[in-house]
Amino acid sequence: MRPMSMFARRLLYWLSMAAGLVLAIVPLPGWLDPVRPDLALLAMIYFVLTSPRIAGLGYAWLSGLFLDVLRGMVLGQHALGFLVVGYLTHKLQLRMRMFPIVQQAVIVMLLLGLYHFLMFWIDGLTGHGFTGWVRWLPVLSGALLWPLVVALGDSLTRRSN
Amino acid sequence: MVELSHDSRPIIGRGPPLTAYFLTLTAISVGLMMADQRYHQIDRIRESLSRVIYPVQRAVDFPFRATDWVTGSFADRSRLRQENLELTARLRLANLQLQRFAVLEEENRRLREMRANTAGIAEKVLVASILNVDLDPFRHRVLLDKGAADGVFKDQAVLDGEGIFGQVSKVNAATAEVILISDAEHAIPVQSNRSGIRTIAVGTGDQNKLSLPFVTVEADLQPGDLLLSTGMGGVFPPGYPVAQVSTVKRAGSMFALVEAKPTARLDQAREVLLVWFKAPVEAAPAATDAATATPTAPAGGQ
Repeated sequence: MRPMSMFARRLLYWLSMAAGLVLAIVPLPGWLDPVRPDLALLAMIYFVLTSPRIAGLGYAWLSGLFLDVLRGMVLGQHALGFLVVGYLTHKLQLRMRMFPIVQQAVIVMLLLGLYHFLMFWIDGLTGHGFTGWVRWLPVLSGALLWPLVVALGDSLTRRSN
Repeated sequence: MVELSHDSRPIIGRGPPLTAYFLTLTAISVGLMMADQRYHQIDRIRESLSRVIYPVQRAVDFPFRATDWVTGSFADRSRLRQENLELTARLRLANLQLQRFAVLEEENRRLREMRANTAGIAEKVLVASILNVDLDPFRHRVLLDKGAADGVFKDQAVLDGEGIFGQVSKVNAATAEVILISDAEHAIPVQSNRSGIRTIAVGTGDQNKLSLPFVTVEADLQPGDLLLSTGMGGVFPPGYPVAQVSTVKRAGSMFALVEAKPTARLDQAREVLLVWFKAPVEAAPAATDAATATPTAPAGGQ
């Protein structure tokens, strides 16, 4: 099986990041809203693991910045979160690829936890603190979704050759 | 399982050092956040980014609007007739009330003129639609489809048909972000219609509840009292309904526990009114205004 061309892979990366950002602001019914997984972040982790030379830190940072504008947050908040997660994933990628999927999901959960802790912390510094336990739900939903993200990503990159 | 691909990072010649890149971008992010939070220097950057983002927001909003339109256009005749009859009846009633109101307004104007104070009535309104876009599940913010191009300004009052809705917290070129009165960071000065008690209604993060934390146990407030905006601070026009007192608990020694339900339909409104009005003459400098209206809100305060 021939792998996807570099260009197609790059295009797929951009498209999935854009889709993830759009899905971050699509209206959801009230009870589902707090559970909303960070799809753009999951897509970024996936691409850092599979194509680290395409998914550089610059794009991660820029996607976070767009999310800040989309959701009207203080500029740089999500950008920093995406950057930190991207950097750690780059550092861990050689190990993470060897892990079975469950272990990968656990690492992803830790990364998401760190991301949401950063968001929580910056929210507190900028005076928007919301301390309810519901704000940690995306960590769980994201980790549970990880196997699905991998399956979808793998099938997409394989089919289009 | 994630599979290795041909373009994994080579061991030798890795390109720009990752850590240096990471640290640079981190520094930029922190700088951006500080500039945004403290000095408001980068509204230009946000402005230009929001121009790029605007089509995305419109695209997300579109399917919902289209569904509305389709269901609207295929509504059956009998329902439209029914609706028409109801509206006619309501209009007749409203006209009747308006006749009395005109007399009262005239009288009110004369009295105000005597006090050399022409405050109050909204001079100009603009109807804006709420975009179907989720901003943050934990903050009560909505995005309107009107922005700086339509003359919208920061701290502008937003009303719906039933009462005060919120105030503009961020203005972009074609959109504006509104902070609802129920947001935990929002506070609005109010006055009881019945007893004239003045206090502040603070958002709770629950769309059906405002809290009145500064009411003493002796204060004359009862469940059912209508709270009106006072116009103090010059952000909101005076005399519009804000909320209705729902519970009063006089348990503590100093302050009573008072809750009120907003009259505006915060969770259902699709269209709201942006209001221009002439601030009362004695409304003092802008800086203190915003601070009075929203003591805890960065929306108005900073």
